[in-house]
Amino acid sequence: MALILTEEQTMLRDSARAFMADNAPITQLRKLRDTNDANGYSKPIWSSFADMGFTGVLVPESQGGLGLGMVEAGVVMEQIGHQLTASPFLASSVVAVSLIRHAGTVAQRDHWLPKLASGAVIATLAIDEGRKHQPDRIACKALKTATGFTLDGHKTFVIDGHVADLLLVAASTSGTGITLFMVPRSTPGVAVERVAMVDSHNAARITFTGVTLGHDAVLGAVDGGAAPLALALDAGRAAASAELLGLADEVFERTTAYLRQRKQFGRLIGEFQALQHRAAQLYFDIEMARASVLKALQAIDADPTTAADAVAVAKSRAGTSATLAVQEGVQMHGGMGMTDDFDIGFFMKRARVLQEYLGDSGFHADRLASMRGY
Amino acid sequence: MPETLDITDFRAQTRAWLEANCPPEMRTPMASEDDICWGGRNAKFSSAAQRLWLERMGERGWTAPTWPREYGGGGLTGSQAKVLAEEMRVMGCRSPLNSFGIWMLGPALLKFANEAQKREHLPKITRGEIRWCQGYSEPNAGSDLASLQTRAEDKGDHYLVNGQKIWTSYANKADWIFCLVRTDFEAKKHTGISFVLFDMASPGVTTKPIRLISGASPFCETFFDNVRVEKHNLIGTPGGGWEVAKVLLAHEREMISGLGGRVVSRPLGQVIAEMVGTDAHGKLADPILRARVAEFEVDEAAFASTLARFGDQTRAGQADPAFASAMKYYGSELNKRRHELLMSAGGSDALEWESDRSDHGAAARTWLRTKANSIEGGTTEVQLGVIAKRILGLPGA
Repeated sequence: MALILTEEQTMLRDSARAFMADNAPITQLRKLRDTNDANGYSKPIWSSFADMGFTGVLVPESQGGLGLGMVEAGVVMEQIGHQLTASPFLASSVVAVSLIRHAGTVAQRDHWLPKLASGAVIATLAIDEGRKHQPDRIACKALKTATGFTLDGHKTFVIDGHVADLLLVAASTSGTGITLFMVPRSTPGVAVERVAMVDSHNAARITFTGVTLGHDAVLGAVDGGAAPLALALDAGRAAASAELLGLADEVFERTTAYLRQRKQFGRLIGEFQALQHRAAQLYFDIEMARASVLKALQAIDADPTTAADAVAVAKSRAGTSATLAVQEGVQMHGGMGMTDDFDIGFFMKRARVLQEYLGDSGFHADRLASMRGY
Repeated sequence: MPETLDITDFRAQTRAWLEANCPPEMRTPMASEDDICWGGRNAKFSSAAQRLWLERMGERGWTAPTWPREYGGGGLTGSQAKVLAEEMRVMGCRSPLNSFGIWMLGPALLKFANEAQKREHLPKITRGEIRWCQGYSEPNAGSDLASLQTRAEDKGDHYLVNGQKIWTSYANKADWIFCLVRTDFEAKKHTGISFVLFDMASPGVTTKPIRLISGASPFCETFFDNVRVEKHNLIGTPGGGWEVAKVLLAHEREMISGLGGRVVSRPLGQVIAEMVGTDAHGKLADPILRARVAEFEVDEAAFASTLARFGDQTRAGQADPAFASAMKYYGSELNKRRHELLMSAGGSDALEWESDRSDHGAAARTWLRTKANSIEGGTTEVQLGVIAKRILGLPGA
């Protein structure tokens, strides 16, 4: 498969780019922050996402979606990265949809996917339990009862946790297995603490205290959650990598434009060789992220069960490239880059959060080494 | 994208021809440098099979698959050439000929030479009859190649060349040289340069091998003392040599980055785990080395994808040719990193310079040799400048 976008994918990219720039530019993130918006995202914009079909990009056509793949989802994510658009797209349209597609019974898929595709229901995965992503260590417990399960535990860094209608919770059952539970946010015993994050995007800490769940709350099979969870996590990682790429591209474009226009010492600062070399190194760094992100997205579309290596490379690489890009972005803009008024700081903040999301560069380098036998 | 019927037919024919014509000995991996065939007037074939393989491929023009048939090439399209390469790889066929004539000079001749020059030189290149070397750098003209001073005096019906070249690979083994000389000392730097060809056996030509920090090398110093060069061996126009040189340098860059990519080695992590050992959890025993190796493998995989993407973009007509500079810069730095890691893993064993145990310091010699990767073919600093100016459009001279 050639590592370039097809004509249709290019058209989707162009229309997504225009859409985000016209409807959801960075000014909307600033506004959400400055007005302390209760939802942390714009409902009208989310509605437009649904109208464009974005919310159903990964949902089969028979269930009301566009029936497209991860490459297309990644194309949308990249444009989100350019504008730092805050929306439940990653949590709900990518991760939750992927989890339900991989784990759900036919009935569950038929019931939930159309609702997610229309944007009417927002769902999000609750996986992390501490400060670092450690999906192999799940302390959240679901104990069997006569009528179902009792859920107890604590989840952190649940993106869009305080606005999601449905929480998809990974819990440990019978000590060895993982079970995925569908828990409406309004269920008694679910305490959601909205947390303001550095990047002004939604996140929450959620505590489950004696939450009573019926058998129908199990997504898929009891003790059968590990495999579909792994696939959904990889979908989220690949999508986050695409957002990191778009973010890095935007920062790089703005920074090189500045180099070509800012004058000091009687000349354009872009003439200084030190800056030229750093810009050139960053350029290639981002190109490597670009190629590895597309490879990962294509790998998932080809066969999600064999894409783990490519996804680890993409998330690790995209995180590192974006981190360098925002670092240089602030530095090369000088004092101005440090002001809140200037946009570049927002990119640095978002890149930091996306790094931690579903495993940072180090996590995935370690994962790659383990998968490769050392 | 599925193959066209034509290509499928071509693949079948190619496979059949290779089956029938590639000697079995030429389908095993090369054991040493001696197995590489450079051709030339003084070629010493390591076996009859090696000679036969070159003859057959040369006769078919498949030593230069995409060159026009009338000049000794295979006349294949890009897609067909890709199929040929794939079939050869699957069958394990060795490359029949290593040649600077094919990799560097040929493309420049196809673009700039006149008909007589093409007919004179190209077929001998494809048949491996003439071995070429490159006369570019001088002791005072390295990164600033255009400042070269080797003088070519116009003597009416010929040029008289005086000067010195350095870093001429295999000059002591080559039959002919393609050389940048200055024909006009009044003109501005770049516009006084001409591109000429001449026989290394000409009176006045001497060579001296250069020893590197890694040991023996194919590099030479080449000296020209009143060497006669026929005017009909000037390619392009007098003073137009820099344009020819640029095309050639781009191909050299591609060749160098391609060479790095072609080496299919075992995953570094596994090699190093064997050298250093693993802990009770099966992880490389040195955790910091493990982290360095893992990060290297992430970058190596990303680089491979970037290389593949560049190829795909080139075929789709979407690539920026200046990107080759970016590939060269990063590829060379990656290769240096790889060998730094191997030396770390090798510990003091890898530091033995002459023992059989260390295969005469093989790992150390390779490690030292890779330090030149970021210098030869345009230094990293030059490549970064090319990226900055030509791709990013940053200002300045």
